[in-house]
Amino acid sequence: MLISNIEIIPNHKVVEHVGLVQGSTVKAKHAGKDFMAGLKNVFGGELTGYTELLQESREEAIKRMQEQAQSLGANAVINVRFATSAIAAGASEILAYGTAVRIEAL
Amino acid sequence: MEALIQLGFFAALLLFGYIFGRRAETRHYQSIREREHSLGDIVILSQRLPPPELLRHHSQLVTGNVVISVDYFKTLVAGLKNLFGGRINAYESLLDRARREAILRMQEEARALGARAVVNMKFETCQVSGNAGQGIGSIEVLAYGTAMIPR
Repeated sequence: MLISNIEIIPNHKVVEHVGLVQGSTVKAKHAGKDFMAGLKNVFGGELTGYTELLQESREEAIKRMQEQAQSLGANAVINVRFATSAIAAGASEILAYGTAVRIEAL
Repeated sequence: MEALIQLGFFAALLLFGYIFGRRAETRHYQSIREREHSLGDIVILSQRLPPPELLRHHSQLVTGNVVISVDYFKTLVAGLKNLFGGRINAYESLLDRARREAILRMQEEARALGARAVVNMKFETCQVSGNAGQGIGSIEVLAYGTAMIPR
């Protein structure tokens, strides 16, 4: 499955628009990581735990979006966008959405 | 006596924030400059469609993200600045570092795929709560785009 955030896929043509697909996930880290992040707020620097957390949840969101696209019979998702929001302390929601299409090689 | 202990605690937090925060920032900027130099050959375009010479390429989504935290000293400086208004340098450098780091991570991913360029690069910034209500705490920056890989 091809995922792209531009409107075209080079060397392919879109034969059918299947529609909007999306995948979202809400994840939190355990309290120990939250505590460490609290400490880091004093010293400054990168919060590796949260970086990992968001990376994992983004991959999960993309995977869910792909699954939805697959179930609709699409073989690519174009124009993919990400949105992030913090819903509670230490938890975040990641949404990935795009247009599912069927493409053919030129 | 109790007030004195509290004051001492506050001063210690400030001092730690200043020393470690400054050191982390200097180091981070140094590593950013070095990596920007070595990854400079991967062109980043923010336009939506790839230029004609990049059309006959494979494409793949690449992302880079970073969560970076403000230190105690900066929080206080920014709080004071809020009273008088004006540019908040402490936060400007924080966001600048996070954006550049996110781009670098995206470029590294593109490099690993053998890409020449990344088109339609977009930023997404969000505040990671946990320090809700008091300043910006920590922020996440995500940079994503489509890597063009020569076939």
